[in-house]
Amino acid sequence: MTPSDRRYSETHEWVKIEGDIAIVGITDYAQESLGDITFIELPESDHKVDQEEECGVIESVKAASDLNAPIDGEIVEVNEELDGKPEIVNEDPYEEGWLFKLANYNKEQFEELLDAADYEATHDDDHGE
Amino acid sequence: MSEDKKTVLYETHVDLGAKMAPFGGYIMPIQYTGIVKEHEATRKEATLFDTCHMGEFYLSGPNALADLEKLITCTLSTLENGQCRYGMLCNEQGGVIDDLLTYRIAEEDFMLVVNAGTQDNDFEWIKARLSADTQIENRSAETAKIDLQGPASPKMMNAILDEEISDLRYFRFKHTTYKGETIIVSRTGYTGEVGFEIYAPNKLAETFWKEAMQQGATCAGLGARDTLRLEIGMPLYGHELSQTRNAAEAGFARSIADDKEFIGSSVICDPEQKKETMIGITLEGRRAAREGDIIQTSDGTAIGTITSGSISPSLGTAIAMGYVPNEYAIEGKEISIQTARKALPAIISSLPIYKDGTARKKLSRFL
Repeated sequence: MTPSDRRYSETHEWVKIEGDIAIVGITDYAQESLGDITFIELPESDHKVDQEEECGVIESVKAASDLNAPIDGEIVEVNEELDGKPEIVNEDPYEEGWLFKLANYNKEQFEELLDAADYEATHDDDHGE
Repeated sequence: MSEDKKTVLYETHVDLGAKMAPFGGYIMPIQYTGIVKEHEATRKEATLFDTCHMGEFYLSGPNALADLEKLITCTLSTLENGQCRYGMLCNEQGGVIDDLLTYRIAEEDFMLVVNAGTQDNDFEWIKARLSADTQIENRSAETAKIDLQGPASPKMMNAILDEEISDLRYFRFKHTTYKGETIIVSRTGYTGEVGFEIYAPNKLAETFWKEAMQQGATCAGLGARDTLRLEIGMPLYGHELSQTRNAAEAGFARSIADDKEFIGSSVICDPEQKKETMIGITLEGRRAAREGDIIQTSDGTAIGTITSGSISPSLGTAIAMGYVPNEYAIEGKEISIQTARKALPAIISSLPIYKDGTARKKLSRFL
């Protein structure tokens, strides 16, 4: 279920490396917990973010949640499609629903993120509730 | 902390995959497939809501009407048998203990329908203020309440019930039968759409729920119930209404009689004591204001507080309710809402914010 081609933060962001770029999104567990996403504020392109820095907001019908940068890097592109259709993140969090892309990302921090199995284990307790 | 109670439909919700969470002392379905989908299904088709957590009190006796007139803000003497009315139960200071519906079953027989979290306190408050010969009985535990709401609901009701209810008017109810048992069907709801609140013995709840599903009704949770009521400007106890806020400020003039004395009326009916007004708010974008956010004038002066806020699935923009001093409650006035993150531009709207609800239309239009 959780793709094994990327790594995960404990705050439910995923990071996938494609060439020199790190693509960031939120996990299926995160979108499921948020419920219907109604608004996403993404960071500005062309600026640096630090790991765990608050760099955007994801709002659902129920609540607003901070979006954190999972690793250091330089934002080079954001997913403009989400501006009018934030529900893409609910429908396809791992592909079409990506949030932003980082260049010059911190490779050590990336390596320290969780793999799919360890990430799943962080919220295993919530299953079956 | 005592453990959350379960309604008679708890297992049904869990089996159907609902997301459950505590509300009003009960563990309730918050959503099934998604709040927006359930919201839209209510406006366009029909949805089921478990409202078994709400309380039902039965009162009877020659002085029951006079007792209730003293306890409840709205006029009750003009209620016909088979009619119900929205009102508030208030304290001496004019604050709201609960909001409720009063059903007149017969000349001397009434049913009160109250909120879940307030019902024990309501019962004690009412019981302590009744005449010696007025009986009160709390039948909440044995009464299942299900709401079936939306333009497709009248056809479903006729298909499900033993007899058709095609002539039932808005805020009227009748005793009818389902599977041979007596139930109450009320043309009321909390969504702004044509629909019904059904009061039945517990043992019929699951059967009714599943039969309505077979008729095409979508299961919905309290999340959609909240966005629906917000769009039509209905208050939610604990948000718009509280023990410490003058009931008159909520603006439900129809629900407050000015020609009788009731507990709290010396405050509620004194215009001098109404300092603030409940307003509807339409925000410019989709970003929502939330309870506790600050209402500001367009130049940044704080004037009030948001009591409820969310995206409006029907309008596609964020909406809210809140209180401001009377002099600021002007429709069309530009304001801004200071959230934890930024100031959001908004305007004061008339209530209901969503104006296309079908609740008041004749049933025959939907059959």
